[in-house]
Amino acid sequence: MLTKRVIPCLDIRDGRIVKGTSFANLRDSGDPVERASLYEAQGADELVVLDVSATSEGREVALHTVKAIRRAISIPMTVGGGVRNVAHAQALLEAGADKVGVNSAAVQRPRLLTEISERMGAQCVVLAIDAARRGDVWEVMTRSGTNRTGIDAVEWARRAVAAGAGEILLTSIDQDGRGNGYDLGLIRVVASEVSVSIIASGGASMAAHMVEGFDAGADAVLAASIFHDGVTSVGELKYELAAAGVPMRMMEVAR
Amino acid sequence: MVSIVQTGVANTASVAAAFERCGASVSKAETGEAVERAANLVLPGVGTFGAGMESLREAGLVDALRARIEAGRPTLAICLGMQLLCASSEESPGVDGLGVVEARVELLSRPARPRFGWNRVVPEAERGVIDEGFAYYANSFGVRERPAGWACAMSNLESPFVGAMQRGPVVACQFHPELSGPWGLDLLKRWIRAGVVAC
Repeated sequence: MLTKRVIPCLDIRDGRIVKGTSFANLRDSGDPVERASLYEAQGADELVVLDVSATSEGREVALHTVKAIRRAISIPMTVGGGVRNVAHAQALLEAGADKVGVNSAAVQRPRLLTEISERMGAQCVVLAIDAARRGDVWEVMTRSGTNRTGIDAVEWARRAVAAGAGEILLTSIDQDGRGNGYDLGLIRVVASEVSVSIIASGGASMAAHMVEGFDAGADAVLAASIFHDGVTSVGELKYELAAAGVPMRMMEVAR
Repeated sequence: MVSIVQTGVANTASVAAAFERCGASVSKAETGEAVERAANLVLPGVGTFGAGMESLREAGLVDALRARIEAGRPTLAICLGMQLLCASSEESPGVDGLGVVEARVELLSRPARPRFGWNRVVPEAERGVIDEGFAYYANSFGVRERPAGWACAMSNLESPFVGAMQRGPVVACQFHPELSGPWGLDLLKRWIRAGVVAC
């Protein structure tokens, strides 16, 4: 049986970790390599690294940061931010990413998912969806949450999986950084529509929120602020999740 | 020295970084000659079975890989690399694998999709290179039946499948030891030591 995964997220800007609320008001949260090593030692199951300013500033994620993190850790790493073509995805894998996160560019040109998936396999393609609630439905937002697309998030998830996405990183923009839990309705509806793994993101600040996310259909949970700010550690959180009956990889087997 | 077969699309940077963290020096194996000569050879791989075999064929590595595995020289096959050792795969009907392992690769759970995550690995034989612990997997396909002549370690995804197998210093892992944290690094170190003992 696969365990559920806890994934710290490093939002990077200019080689430093930043974190804000609903993708704005970014503040410095430390050195990415130190944080990555710490989280691996605490039992992080994977790491997600996003260059939060890459797309809105029209550039690609810094490869040297990816390389430095890869030298320090031996757990899976997904890297995203401004990925627009196969060559860029390839460059990220060569720098040490295991999966590539794609967001805005795939919304503009869904075939990008197919191109990366055909070249590197669907297991390399993580589609990031930033969704904002509009009553009973969710709208896909791009460019770090600044651009409305008018596209229904559930419909986009379905099309993206058909196009080659192997996993979905599903972020609620409304809940992001607020610490009062995931948008469970969003997780439920997307998980029921697609067969690929869902990584729940945006709003969790405690184990109870994550249990809710798993119950809603997520295979993995992503969090940033609670780890960066020392609200909890990855290890403590996984211990609490295991105690709540969620299957977890615990570190006691490591020798 | 650990030589990594360059298949074009694998996550070779992660594999190289993991061996470097184990204290090994790393090089690329891009020709049949390099594959034959390598003291320790790693066959990584992501993508489909058919594309993987095609890239080995195009690079002229098929005979050299078969020869060193048949001869029991230190070789580590990872993920798709393990599947390529087998005779055939449900993923790419009609494509012959390297055939050094008498096994057929099957879809492990339906619908076909990559299954990501950590799963427990339990060795069936006494302690070899493969220890008990949690390993990171990212696969849709795998080997269900234990191939004759190999010491297997099993994992379970709806039903049991071969997580890894060993025959002397030849080890094949369906999981990614290079991404399996300290447990995975220990496995890589034991594989390097197994090669030293065998040579």
